[in-house]
Amino acid sequence: MNGTLAGASPAREFAESFARSRVAVAAFAALCLILVAAICAPLVSPQNPYDLAQLDIMDSKLAPGEKSASGATYLLGTDDQGRDMLSAILYGLRISLGVGIMSTLAALAIGLAIGLIAAYAGGWLDALIMRVVDLQLSFPSILIALVLLAVLGQGVDKIIVALITVQWAYYARTVRGNALVEKRKEYVDAAVCLAYSAPRVLFRHILPNCLPPLIVVATVQVAHAIALEATLSFLGLGMPITSPSLGLLISNGFTHLLSGKYWISFFPGIALLVTIVGINLVGDQLRDVLNPRLK
Amino acid sequence: MLAYISRRLLQSLLVLFVMSLLVFLGVYAIGNPVDILINPQADQAEIERVKASLGLDQPVWVQYWSFLVNALAGDLGKSFAANIPAIQLILQRMPATVELALTAMVIAIVLGLPLGLWAGLKPDSVAAKTIMAGSILGFSLPTFWVGLMLIMVFSVQLGWLPSTGRGQTAEVLGVHLSIFTWDGIRHILMPAFNLALFKLALLIRLTRAGAREAMLQDYVRFARAKGLAEERVVRVHVLKNILIPIVTVVGLEFGSVLAFAIITETIFAWPGMGKLLIDSINVLDRPVIVAYLLIIVFIFVLINLVVDLLYSALDPRVRLTGVRA
Repeated sequence: MNGTLAGASPAREFAESFARSRVAVAAFAALCLILVAAICAPLVSPQNPYDLAQLDIMDSKLAPGEKSASGATYLLGTDDQGRDMLSAILYGLRISLGVGIMSTLAALAIGLAIGLIAAYAGGWLDALIMRVVDLQLSFPSILIALVLLAVLGQGVDKIIVALITVQWAYYARTVRGNALVEKRKEYVDAAVCLAYSAPRVLFRHILPNCLPPLIVVATVQVAHAIALEATLSFLGLGMPITSPSLGLLISNGFTHLLSGKYWISFFPGIALLVTIVGINLVGDQLRDVLNPRLK
Repeated sequence: MLAYISRRLLQSLLVLFVMSLLVFLGVYAIGNPVDILINPQADQAEIERVKASLGLDQPVWVQYWSFLVNALAGDLGKSFAANIPAIQLILQRMPATVELALTAMVIAIVLGLPLGLWAGLKPDSVAAKTIMAGSILGFSLPTFWVGLMLIMVFSVQLGWLPSTGRGQTAEVLGVHLSIFTWDGIRHILMPAFNLALFKLALLIRLTRAGAREAMLQDYVRFARAKGLAEERVVRVHVLKNILIPIVTVVGLEFGSVLAFAIITETIFAWPGMGKLLIDSINVLDRPVIVAYLLIIVFIFVLINLVVDLLYSALDPRVRLTGVRA
């Protein structure tokens, strides 16, 4: 531990070492802004983009900054239905972030449990689990997700299942590696000598010590999940038309791109890009802060 | 070495077997094979005939056996849409995808190695920082969106490059290829660059990390002490040593380029097997989906095997640990 920070609380110490990178702080601030904007979308967006009563087909495909017949200005233009792109993006962010974060948390829980079991049980069970993990990780996630969706069909629940399936193996492998190291340490021997049950040793003693690298992996995986969902939705295999995520918005704009109406695809893409870059930058800094070798 | 090769071969066969079992279970046990493999427009007599020829009236393990035998014989049913054998349809589309993937790999290597070396040798320069920021963008930008933006800029705004298709192809060794005609090159440029972007970012990072590590090694210090020109130190001593991990990654990543070609081909309407897969999923042409799956699994296992064998040939340590394990 760093001597100058002795006496500071762990949370404060963590915050201070995170703040050492100004880029990461900026990224974190941008992410917070995006998150708040997504959560408060109904409050901050100029219109409800899916309330047909608020749409006017006369306003369709207006360029950014153009005024509508009723006098309202569309900062980011409108799509073919006369929908304000800014509002559509804010609502789309909600769906993209929701699906990304939810699937990551579920995959984290599943991968964590499986990885811990593999590390603790050892033997053939460990070997079997790790072979499955290796097998799955040798195929690109986009391919696995595509295949699953081709078999399962479309729907929000199905895309979440697909995203969980492609992600769990990363966590299982990370947590197993760390748990194997922790398992040999003395505090685990002490806990076993106190005759604590196996689940208690696993979840109360080993697990908390495996968390830092998992947090890093999970942060970066949220970005992966969001990008993957957007890609699948773009290909027409992801979100149904009733849940217009950023990927679907971009896909919708693709048809108008060739006639020069770039904004329908461009701005949702920028929103997606800022979110993903932000998460990756925060993840990078977390990796440096949480890496014990750099302390 | 022989023991290692045969052990590795056995492993690959096992993986193939497991994957074929998974595909079989997905198609035959979870879904209804009659729906999946027989054209919904077929009449009752046709359905009965295909059912018997596929052995769908048999017990499950007999079905799996005949599925395996049929698959090995290259018979995975007929495409509903094109009414020709699914395997044949995919093999027809394969050269386009392989051409696109190889061109993308070449672009990634030709641009990635020098940029990565530059960033690694002069890590504090403005150019190096720009390159690294660019590589973060390359990782974060969703491929499909970059593709759209390329079309927007180069096809719609500037009108320099065509946005769809392969253009004029030339027949070389019995295969139609785009890169041998000027029109074809104009067509392949954008999709290949789009597909290369992610690998380019990866190669830059790998080369940079390798170069930074190598520059600190004693053999570099020694080469400099000998009074060798800086250019020779970099080209012979540094580059040679960082090439081994790079070759491995390039080999392994080739499979993922084939997979990501699905997205690029869909955007640029490149008539490869990735676009065929998406079209087949959209019209529920299931025999083609099943055939694509089996073929791509086979390609992946093959690539992994070849890379592993090459690696063990390049680096004896791999063989030795393999024997001990």
